[in-house]
Amino acid sequence: MMLDSFLVRAALAGLGVAVAAAPLGCFVVWRRMAYFGDATAHASILGVALALSFNMSIFAGVLVVALVMATTVSTLSGRGYAMDTLLGVLAHSAIAFGLVAVSFLEGVRIDLMAYLFGDILAVGRVDLAVIWGGALLVLALVGWRWQQLLTATVSPDLAHASGIDPKREQLILTIALAVVVAVAIKVVGVLLIAALLIIPAAAARPLSETPERMAAIAAGIGAVSALGGLQLAYAFDTPAGPTIVCVAAGVFALTSLLSLIRD
Amino acid sequence: MSALVEFQNVNLSYGAQKVLDDVNLSIAPGEIVTIVGPNGSGKSSLLRALIGALKPASGQINHASGLRIGYVPQKLHIDPTLPMTVRRFLSLPLKISDTEAAQALQQAGVSDLGPRQMSRLSGGQFQRVLLARALLHKPQLLLLDEATQGLDQPGSAAFYRHIEKVRDELNCAVLMISHELHVVMSASDRVICLNGHVCCEGKPDVVASAPEYRALFGSGTGGALALYRHDHDHAHGDGCDHDHPHEVAE
Repeated sequence: MMLDSFLVRAALAGLGVAVAAAPLGCFVVWRRMAYFGDATAHASILGVALALSFNMSIFAGVLVVALVMATTVSTLSGRGYAMDTLLGVLAHSAIAFGLVAVSFLEGVRIDLMAYLFGDILAVGRVDLAVIWGGALLVLALVGWRWQQLLTATVSPDLAHASGIDPKREQLILTIALAVVVAVAIKVVGVLLIAALLIIPAAAARPLSETPERMAAIAAGIGAVSALGGLQLAYAFDTPAGPTIVCVAAGVFALTSLLSLIRD
Repeated sequence: MSALVEFQNVNLSYGAQKVLDDVNLSIAPGEIVTIVGPNGSGKSSLLRALIGALKPASGQINHASGLRIGYVPQKLHIDPTLPMTVRRFLSLPLKISDTEAAQALQQAGVSDLGPRQMSRLSGGQFQRVLLARALLHKPQLLLLDEATQGLDQPGSAAFYRHIEKVRDELNCAVLMISHELHVVMSASDRVICLNGHVCCEGKPDVVASAPEYRALFGSGTGGALALYRHDHDHAHGDGCDHDHPHEVAE
């Protein structure tokens, strides 16, 4: 069967993450939340440690920690610290605590590299189901709230005047972000999840006239990066996750150049 | 008909700083009300409390049930990373048809802006688009927060003439804040003078001659009202006395 090939499974996993990350990544860019994605992702190494010590699934452990992290940041923001300071403190503390926690795990030899940089070639059928389940959930969530999320992003006050609660929309984004981080950890690892969110969206910006177009083009760029990156990684025997991000960065350079020439 | 919006003893603070102090007011259907007051007097906070963006520390803000609000904020920054055509912006948060969009833009006098990016509009164009969007769903209450900021004098005069026309067509109430006392006040049914609390309120000429108003703005502004009335530049009193409700309040 087709899914028996590890390369096919890897390709499908990459596509799933790319498709879910695209619209979310656009919101991360529009709302200037890039570090927010980073912090959530970095915290997930703590989730890995927790999952291993309590014998939970990695996905569940990461999801819980990412959710806690994201809501912590949401509530703490705007209370005396600038957002970047707050995120700098939380993101790096989280990854430090995570690494220390992992070192306490006796008898479990875990391949830290696999969580830091992903291990897309080791994606199994269950992983694939989790990734696509998560991706579809995120797409459904963002699609359902699209108009409200967009209004709240343009202006919280305009949202209020139309009877939309921007705090609620922020929470929905936060939850979606945590889900994407949890499913993407296997594909690109905690260090590169934010790249997969931001780079395709940023690369899509010069080609877009409307928010919907930007999200669709970002999804296309994400998909091309995932497939192209896998192929290159296979051909040159390079780590798959970073290679995927390199391809995305290449597309970003290309579209930026394009917009420079056009103006 | 009952009030569209009613503030009952509303108090609002930012941290330790009191912004609104026991504010009572109500807006009736179809009337044009202007809020005047010095910088930091809580004008914008009052509008933001009205739309629910700020929660009062105490007191109540009641809306008529199903109230449709059109809100034109003081300033709106659309991040350049967010691609947004004027046409797309009009469909936030409720989708509208192309015909409706074209009509709205035409009424606002910016028919050809539909495909333009919001972040590339001039100040005047931006305000007109904001107004067009606010009017799309036939609001019962239109809120304007310094809507003519960044417009030159003929531009803002044209803007207010447009507002009056809109009010006559939609028969909506208008609650607005402005620095341009003379233009705005001459177009208002009622003026509320705010300085944390409601100093005085009433018809424009009455408020302009009230001692509370004079204390805030000086009697020099009485002359600005000449557009509206010619004979109200004499002083009634010599200071701001907040302890008693002003006799002209309705």
